[in-house]
Amino acid sequence: MLFYSFFKTLVGQQVTVELKNDLAITGLLVSVDQFLNIKLDNIKVVEESRYPHMMAVKNCFIRGSVVRYVQLPAASVDTALLQDAARRERQQQPAGRK
Amino acid sequence: MDSFQIFTTSTSLVDSVDTNLVLQDTIERIYVGDAYGDIPRGIFIIRGENVVLLGEIDLDKEDESPLREVPVEEMLQIQREEMEAKVRRDKLRNKLLHEHGFSVDNADFGEQY
Repeated sequence: MLFYSFFKTLVGQQVTVELKNDLAITGLLVSVDQFLNIKLDNIKVVEESRYPHMMAVKNCFIRGSVVRYVQLPAASVDTALLQDAARRERQQQPAGRK
Repeated sequence: MDSFQIFTTSTSLVDSVDTNLVLQDTIERIYVGDAYGDIPRGIFIIRGENVVLLGEIDLDKEDESPLREVPVEEMLQIQREEMEAKVRRDKLRNKLLHEHGFSVDNADFGEQY
C-alpha cells in the first residue's frame, strides 16, 4: 500500500512507463489504483515508428502487472521520506509479508 | 459472474475486481510496414490477465496518420510472406549457431505480448 500512496503523490507529473513488452510510454500521470494500474494522458511512445498501432492513441490505461519500470522526475521524489516510510511499514507487519 | 455472489473478505472483493473488458464492433488490425488491414471480429470478452493496455484513439491524429489501408486479403498475404521469411531466417541462424556448438532454444524475446 506504501507504493500506492507514493504514486498518488506523483499524480500530475510527467512520467515514462516501461512495459514488460519493451514498449515505453511517456505521459502525464492521471491516476493510480491499488494494483498500480496506471492512467496516462497526452501520451508519446518512445520509438514510435516501431509501434504503429500506438500512433493515434492519446491517452491510455496500463495494467499494473505488465509494468517493468516507471521513470520519475527525480525532483519530485523524497527518497529519505520514502525510505523512512518503507521502514515504518515493515515494522508494522514484522512476521513475513502481509 | 454470478450476480448473487457475496463477498466475504475484502481480499475476495479485490480479487474479483479486474481489468476484464467487453468490446463491441471489434476489428483486428494487422500492421506490416506502413500498411494495415482490418478484419471485422464482432464482440470480444477479454479476461483481465490478458490485458496490457487500453488506449483511446484520437480521431484527428488518426486522420493525419501516414499509414495506408489495404484490403485484408492483401494484408494476410503480406503477413504470411513475412512470417515465412522470418521462419527461414530463424532456421538459418539456428543452423549456424548449432554448427558452432551453441544450444538453440525458441525464446522470442520481447514478443510475449
